[in-house]
Amino acid sequence: MKKRLLSIVLGVAMTTTLLAGCGSSSTDSTADSSASAAASTAETTSTAEAAAGSTAAVDTGADEGKVLNIQCWNEEFKSRVEDHYPGYEKDSSDPNKGKIGDVTVQWTITPSDDNAYQNNLDNILPENADASADDKVDIFLMEADYAKKYVNSDVTMNVKDLGITDDDISQMYDYTKDIVKDSDGNLKGLSWQACSAGLIYNRAAAKDVLGTDDPEQVQEAVKDWDTFNETAAKLKEKGYTVTSSANDTYRVYSNNVSGPWVQDGKVVVDDNIKKWVDDSKKLVDAGETGTYDLWSDDWNKGFFPDGKVFCYFGPAWLINFCMQADQDGSIANQGGWGFVEGPQSFYWGGTWIAAATGTDNPTLVKDIMLTMTTDETVLKDIVVKDSDCVNNKALLEELANDDSFQSPILGGQNPYKMLAAGAEKVDMSNISDYDQGCNEEFQKAMKNYFEGNTDYDGALAQFKTAITEKYPDITMD
Amino acid sequence: MKKKSKVVSYNKWGYIFLIPFFVVFTVFQLIPLITTIYNSFFENYRSGLKQIGPNFVGLANYGKILTSGELWKYAGNTLIVWLIGFIPQIFFSLLLAAWFTDPSLRLRGQRFFKTVIYLPNLIMASAFAMLFFTLFSEQGPINSILINMGILSKPFKFFSSIGATRSLIGFMNFIMWFGNTTILLMAGMMGIDTTLFEAAEVDGATSTQIFFKITLPLLRPILVYVLITSLIGGIQMFDVPQILTNGSGDPVRSTMTMIMWLNKHLYSKNYGMGGALSVLLFIITGALSFAVFKATDTRESTY
Repeated sequence: MKKRLLSIVLGVAMTTTLLAGCGSSSTDSTADSSASAAASTAETTSTAEAAAGSTAAVDTGADEGKVLNIQCWNEEFKSRVEDHYPGYEKDSSDPNKGKIGDVTVQWTITPSDDNAYQNNLDNILPENADASADDKVDIFLMEADYAKKYVNSDVTMNVKDLGITDDDISQMYDYTKDIVKDSDGNLKGLSWQACSAGLIYNRAAAKDVLGTDDPEQVQEAVKDWDTFNETAAKLKEKGYTVTSSANDTYRVYSNNVSGPWVQDGKVVVDDNIKKWVDDSKKLVDAGETGTYDLWSDDWNKGFFPDGKVFCYFGPAWLINFCMQADQDGSIANQGGWGFVEGPQSFYWGGTWIAAATGTDNPTLVKDIMLTMTTDETVLKDIVVKDSDCVNNKALLEELANDDSFQSPILGGQNPYKMLAAGAEKVDMSNISDYDQGCNEEFQKAMKNYFEGNTDYDGALAQFKTAITEKYPDITMD
Repeated sequence: MKKKSKVVSYNKWGYIFLIPFFVVFTVFQLIPLITTIYNSFFENYRSGLKQIGPNFVGLANYGKILTSGELWKYAGNTLIVWLIGFIPQIFFSLLLAAWFTDPSLRLRGQRFFKTVIYLPNLIMASAFAMLFFTLFSEQGPINSILINMGILSKPFKFFSSIGATRSLIGFMNFIMWFGNTTILLMAGMMGIDTTLFEAAEVDGATSTQIFFKITLPLLRPILVYVLITSLIGGIQMFDVPQILTNGSGDPVRSTMTMIMWLNKHLYSKNYGMGGALSVLLFIITGALSFAVFKATDTRESTY
């Protein structure tokens, strides 16, 4: 018995050390490989440029690659292509594969939290031209928070080199093009979405507290931040919180700043962001909002009537893609939301399609980009099926004036007039390469201040530490 | 003469059987160890698509880590959270091991209970942390139960309270490791000569006296071993707090352990700082391992 016990203990100890060895070694070996990868970056970019030049001349798809690799961070674009791209066949055995003609489409999904998606792209894109034909990234998707980083580098192809002309994209909103123009004015990506956003309110709560759910009168109750905060106090009396979390209003403030996050290598906290901190602290202290992380289960509770949340802030994609409209009993399922502009106009998110330098499927890439972002039948389909807000002025105009068009989630309201007007107003002049990291870390740090675990200065110090860990090259003061 | 040559040929087989270990050790442990030390002397990180370095900076990375004050804060966090888990762990393990090995108790179903207490260790730490995260979330089941029972009037934010978050991490580590410690201590207790217990009983010692005057002193080497290995495990604490706080170490970084901090540097591909921190942790762990050798040495000399 003694011996057997001892041998079990030894066995366990040995397996543990073996496994421990595996764990530490894998981190170190990746360290090595990416260090060597980095060394070859310089030569790769020059060959990449040559490759980009030569691919532009190809006009038939005859000798192009057999695998189309697409990098993205969620299912959204994938489901758009599956539903709307003509000739796309799903692979029944593997959800991340599909076929267009005889080309296999391979989707790679990396979640975007904590810069994981960006870090992945940073690793593979510089070497893309040297990758083997089937591994070459052909298309990758970008968000506004970090698009500039890729746009201002050689890893992204100029859409002109793919054969896309100014005429093709004349109906797009200017802001969707400004984001993806490099410092010389070359356009490097296209988007099918216009992500102007607004305030999405719970109609039942509005009737209960404000006595009406008419969008114009609700807008009066949230027309600026002072009125918004007064309304929050009224909602509290009836047991509602004005938003699910303080983070809900963050984007509204942060889109209306006077300068970018990083100026001359230094992080600057804008006055409007400071105002977000002060306003939110008051709301949290009064119990008028929570401090949940966005996308967490607690945050989601307000999608259902029992969550007792008055409003969320977001663009069209939040309404149709995130609010669990297909779930029985959710407010979205019962058509219980309404849409108004809110205290300040803002945009949130949006997905840009970019071609990776070194792609071996330029013709197909061009066709996907054009079909998904400019083809009016496809765009209209997207509106009807997914109630997305598409990036096409003429189409939005037509929808805004079409009384027969009603969004079931919004209880029959037609949001497109507001969305179209909002898209014209979006100003992208204050974005920087570092926005995703700064936005995430700032909200994380301030959560501690809102919950009373530290004062504002303590939270700011935490933000500073986190930023220098994420971006060792920028400073705080 | 003939006999001696036979011994030599057996030795040869011994070395051959050791080759796989040495190959694995060199490739997966020795070489990474050396490159980590090498990397710690360089400024080497990535900023977006740009690669900065590697530039030789001598001991600058060590200076930055040791002077910033962050290291001591995270070392303190690690120690506190480890203690919260270790104190109940050693208490319950000693108690259970004493009961299981006591022949006069003749506990029924020993095998069953030994399996049950070891089971939590088989669950993946990250899965366990996810489970606790859901259980203790603001609108999760624990809060609903406490409110329904009338203990709380509104949900308690476990993950916004420094004490609660640290205690939860300590509690999880306790649940996961006390079975393992119990088995180690049982092995130690079974190694004690039973005649000593019998002699004590004949002399009329109570079971408490036997435990404190015979079991504990003779168990000392094993206890020291358990303490040191648990301390090393504590220094390397990572998965439970990482998953439970979503990598943030919140509230106010009071649950950020040293390895979580290391992970932050490696996540932004800052190999210089990551290397320097790893070397510092290696030195601490090395010193503790040396203490284990010392402890096992004294054990041999007392017998």
